[in-house]
Amino acid sequence: MEKKVILIKDTGFKSDTTRDIQSLFLKAIRDIGAEESIQIVRAADLGIYNQGVVVKILPDNTVYTHINSDNIDQIVKAVHKGEVLENLLLKDRVEQTRIVLRNCGVIDPENIEEYFSKGGYTSIAKCLFDLTPAKVIKEMKKSGLRGRGGAGFPTWMKWSFAANSFGDEKYVICNADEGDPGAYMDRSVLEGDPHSVIEGMTIAGYAIGAKHGYFYIRAEYPLAIERVENALKQAYERGLLGKNILGSDFSFDLEIRLGAGAFVCGEETALIASIEGKRGTPNPRPPYPTDSGLWKKPSIINNVETLANISAIFQKGGDWFSSIGTEKSKGTKVFAVTGKVKNSGLVEIAMGTSIKDIVYNIGGGVLNEKQLVAVQTGGPSGGVIPKKHLDTPVSYEHLQELGSIMGSGGMIVMDEDDCMVDISKFYLKFCVDESCGKCAPCRIGGYQMLSILNKISEGEGELEDMDKLHRISQAMQKASLCALGQTAPNPVISTLRYFEDEYKQHIIDKKCRAGKCSKLIQYTINPDKCKRCRLCVTNCPVSAITGDREHGYTIDQEKCIRCGRCFEVCKFEAIARV
Amino acid sequence: MEQNTTATGDVSFLVEKWRDKKGSLIMILHEIQNHYGFVPRDISLQLSKLLDVPLARIYEVITFYNYFKLDPPGKYTISVCLGTACYLKGAPEIVDEIKNLLNIEEGQTTEDGLFHLDVVRCLGCCGLAPVMMINGQIYGKVKRSEVVDILSRYKKED
Ligand SMILES: Cc1cc2nc3c(=O)[nH]c(=O)nc-3n(C[C@H](O)[C@H](O)[C@H](O)COP(=O)(O)O)c2cc1C
Ligand code: SF4
Ligand code: FES
Repeated sequence: MEKKVILIKDTGFKSDTTRDIQSLFLKAIRDIGAEESIQIVRAADLGIYNQGVVVKILPDNTVYTHINSDNIDQIVKAVHKGEVLENLLLKDRVEQTRIVLRNCGVIDPENIEEYFSKGGYTSIAKCLFDLTPAKVIKEMKKSGLRGRGGAGFPTWMKWSFAANSFGDEKYVICNADEGDPGAYMDRSVLEGDPHSVIEGMTIAGYAIGAKHGYFYIRAEYPLAIERVENALKQAYERGLLGKNILGSDFSFDLEIRLGAGAFVCGEETALIASIEGKRGTPNPRPPYPTDSGLWKKPSIINNVETLANISAIFQKGGDWFSSIGTEKSKGTKVFAVTGKVKNSGLVEIAMGTSIKDIVYNIGGGVLNEKQLVAVQTGGPSGGVIPKKHLDTPVSYEHLQELGSIMGSGGMIVMDEDDCMVDISKFYLKFCVDESCGKCAPCRIGGYQMLSILNKISEGEGELEDMDKLHRISQAMQKASLCALGQTAPNPVISTLRYFEDEYKQHIIDKKCRAGKCSKLIQYTINPDKCKRCRLCVTNCPVSAITGDREHGYTIDQEKCIRCGRCFEVCKFEAIARV
Repeated sequence: MEQNTTATGDVSFLVEKWRDKKGSLIMILHEIQNHYGFVPRDISLQLSKLLDVPLARIYEVITFYNYFKLDPPGKYTISVCLGTACYLKGAPEIVDEIKNLLNIEEGQTTEDGLFHLDVVRCLGCCGLAPVMMINGQIYGKVKRSEVVDILSRYKKED
């Protein structure tokens, strides 16, 4: 079983409350013998203020406030059993709308009865007995649901292509390869509510006429795999999978296949190759998987979050679903809000909620009261949204207009200490590392762009490099075989669009505002503030700081490797970073 | 210490288990790695015979996927998260510090076989960034100056 972590907010050195609370927690854990599965960590800051003693449970991200010694046994027991204590929960100031996460943290994901108690598996029964496959697709069309895996393709349309494809061997695939390095919502759904995804896949199977489906799950998610395995077993035992589901003449089997650490396998054609047991390299489309997919049979690939919406749609109706959200983006979206934000965690909001509301009202604002500079969405295929556009409502169309994408749900808050050149380097490097190397535009273009960015961040950039970045980007967008290469330049293009000045600063002034690009910064000692404590001298790994107590100390810029250690350890702010 | 990359064992039961499933090579490799901690060459050879596919094809798959390892892991696996949130909050410094202290690069194991260093992406506790994990134990809000202490705990235990 995966370990749970209980974070206790440190109330400061002077007070002993945290320590007392911590020992009470440890005692409560010992009392029920859960030392192996629950860990206590003291956190300096959970970003939640004026709420008394606060604890946060990971990885669920449940937050309890106003805790006193009477609640502790109760909390530990709830964590142990995977339950949530509603009365202690932190109340959000902006309402979240929970459709995808409706059961997460509310029911025991290992117990199918609890899923039943929330109306689980009534949707598949309704589809099998009251609706024809064509009517199922029609209801999906009414709902307006679009894919949550990144591209936002209308789900009903994908299903209807596959339904109309010829042949009686078809496949439904759940894409649980969750590749965005800053997001974890699919994992949370699989861990917290696996049956909802199984039900969604079964409905999809019925709609397109498939008898077989696969979960493609990242091997790095052992708990998600375990929960899905367990849920599949229970569904088979109850006749909700297998031959003649619920006594109907529809039969459907589901199996698990594991990913093995390749981001490109999130791409549909690469994912198919991987399920076939091969290297996960993409293939040109068309043919689209809905015509010729897994083992050359018509197949649909849907994201975990997309599939978790399906059973809710059939419980409450397509009209209900389409009443939530904006004109072209229906329903909700789950985001993993992280970075320089006070309350980081999973957030599910109705489409149309502004980014500002998410960051400030749900996320509690920027950490350490710093200035927000931008918010990134869409991970390595997305872009940045600068502060001036923070009022933008979250929807496929609005985010695209700004040069970003909805993506799979990473939302990263960046502050004044984050350098935009460095950020684009981070994302681009990710794509270069993960490129499968099959086609030249991605393999070579990505590498060239990264070299240029490296040059700029080292102060060797020239103005024409910005032009070059644009040109290579265009070539990659147009000529790469798969969307990895086509979208890899996006973070660079979007930071160039909104933060051109910052690039120019690196190129012309040889300065990095945020102090991230180590070649462009210098550390110096301010003799007026220096108390000659020698702490920096002993901490410098390359002995670049010399001098004596009488005359003071200086940093030898030739020797200095700009690791910043002196800056970190100095207690008197005597080290300046310029 | 010379690392032992050979292994003995019979994997025919695995091949049998997956016999009727199409495209099962990756799943078989997962089971092998779960058992040995890596995919030993001898076992790949055996697999090649049992499945009647060339060894090159098996290696083609193993080397494509980052998850499969050809060398045995260290006693303690240090996984430093380099997901976006951790990156922004200073994880690269943590990686540098570990590299310096242990004198290894990412994906390598120390000579005494004690530590193996991996970088991973998003461990799902971004609120604790930067995060590292040693054999399943999570360390959050890690500061560069704390790394020495954390590692020495494991050295002592050994
Ligand atoms: C490089 C690359 C990585 C991708 N990774 C994922 C992923 O991790 N999860 C996912 O659901 N979709 C991912 N996609 C998108 C899928 O190819 C596909 O569009 C999606 O799974 C379709 O499901 P949906 O229509 O329900 O969104 C990725 C695409 C590319 C090009
Ligand atoms: S675009 Fe990149 S990842 Fe996609 S096929 Fe070409 S080389 Fe491979
Ligand atoms: S980015 Fe490190 S835990 Fe999410």
